[in-house]
Amino acid sequence: MSADLIQFFTVNWLGQLIVIVAQCLAVTVPLLVSVAYMTYVDRKVWASIQLRRGPNVVGPFGLLQPFADGLKLVLKETIVPSSANAVLFIIAPMIAFMTALVAWAVVPFDDGWVIADINVGILYLFAISSLGVYGIIIAGWASNSKYAFLGALRSAAQMVSYEVSIGFVLITVLLCVGSLNLSDVVMAQSGGFWHWFFLPLLPMFVIFFVSALAETNRTPFDLPMSEAELVAGFHTEYSAMTFGLFFLGEYANMILLSALGAVLFLGGWMSPIPYAPFTYVPGVVWFALKIAFLLFVFSWTKGTLPRYRYDQLMRLGWKVFLPVSLGWVVLTAAVLQFGGWVPKS
Amino acid sequence: MLLQALAFYVFAAVTVASGAMVVVSRNPVYSVLFLILAFFNAAALFVLIGAEFIAMILVIVYVGAVAVLFLFVVMMLDINLVELREGFLKYLPVGAMIGVVLFAEILLGLGVLGAGSATMTALNKQGAQVLAIDNTRAIGRVLYTQYFYLFQVAGIVLLVAMIGAIVLTLRTRPGVRRQKVGDQINRTKEEAMTVVKVPTRGGV
Repeated sequence: MSADLIQFFTVNWLGQLIVIVAQCLAVTVPLLVSVAYMTYVDRKVWASIQLRRGPNVVGPFGLLQPFADGLKLVLKETIVPSSANAVLFIIAPMIAFMTALVAWAVVPFDDGWVIADINVGILYLFAISSLGVYGIIIAGWASNSKYAFLGALRSAAQMVSYEVSIGFVLITVLLCVGSLNLSDVVMAQSGGFWHWFFLPLLPMFVIFFVSALAETNRTPFDLPMSEAELVAGFHTEYSAMTFGLFFLGEYANMILLSALGAVLFLGGWMSPIPYAPFTYVPGVVWFALKIAFLLFVFSWTKGTLPRYRYDQLMRLGWKVFLPVSLGWVVLTAAVLQFGGWVPKS
Repeated sequence: MLLQALAFYVFAAVTVASGAMVVVSRNPVYSVLFLILAFFNAAALFVLIGAEFIAMILVIVYVGAVAVLFLFVVMMLDINLVELREGFLKYLPVGAMIGVVLFAEILLGLGVLGAGSATMTALNKQGAQVLAIDNTRAIGRVLYTQYFYLFQVAGIVLLVAMIGAIVLTLRTRPGVRRQKVGDQINRTKEEAMTVVKVPTRGGV
């Protein structure tokens, strides 16, 4: 009986399809719940920074607040401006949300817990994260509004600029690993937190985190939606669930980049101390804790820092991060080559 | 195998159709969006033949960077659709000729017309040798060793193009106040502020 079942789920195409759909649901549903609670945690963290209470009315400790907000967005009317390009206007938030979800296919949650264990995992993540800009830029153009369009242009320039330095960060990490597979990246950091890449590559970790802030349009780089100048930037004209998809996509992207940071620099599912009581904790818990830590830093930054000016943003991206990360790539390569630490491939 | 063939035909059909739409669309923004769709499907075709590295690089470079800049420029253009249509017939022969030349080159290169097949078979032989490792490693092994000089030349060509673009667009405007971060950081308390004792009811 069980042999038949195994046969069905591994050979039969229908069985394989069921397995794939189940895997996707197993990633997507917890992800969406985390996105919902990330909005709650975000608001609680800012509230604490500003000595307020934050959401505390809906449910115990305000825990049902995200669902109340979600329900409100679903029930509201979707307004398409009369001069907007209706098709692109509706497609744009879908693209923004979808690109934030499909990237999770290659993220390893634990040893072997990954939907698609492909050889070019890092490149896939990089490719998908560079697509996120389309949702925003199409939204800005299709809205046919100057605020939305200016927000979209800012966002496009910003994301393209900071992708360059993220690319160099990825190159440094994969120089140290010798593989583009994300599971291999984690395995290369096994053996306690002093083996994780954030220590030898600390400058790159900082650059990665700051670029991740810019890539997700978070404070201090939230110029695409700076409400003082641009109302709400690229999603000025969006309402109800079309806005909701942008919002969810932004948070899903934040969680994704935190996960990427955890995989590249904080040892993925590895336990920080590789000895008995710590190794009993499942890897996925460590992974979630690391993501949660990075997300907390995201909220912390938002509660602490003022917004950058646009020229300062470009200066930081092109004149500081680009040369530093390029130099660090060369330095890392030289140290690996002459120190004899080149990973075997 | 059937599924793979089906996927190939779907991706190929979408690539060709969106390629046609790039040319035919009235609105340049639609053209760029169709171009992106074509890039994407070309990447999918690369994945189907097992060239996942090229596929990812295609998406990262063309879709993630080049097409964004295209879109960026095209969206800011003041588009006059009537004028755009006027040029269509004028440029049609030139465009068609370039298309024919490119297609003929591909046919020649593939050895369909009898010539050039020697290089292809040689390349295929090389491909068979390195097939045991994944294609990222395969490219890495030859790119920085066997084709090192060609790689460097390609880089220099791009560098020259970049410098050319900068030279063409660089202009110094007088009277622009720039932020000098070094000066700001180097300011000291002594030079930046003076402490004034203001007498009561006296004012400054």
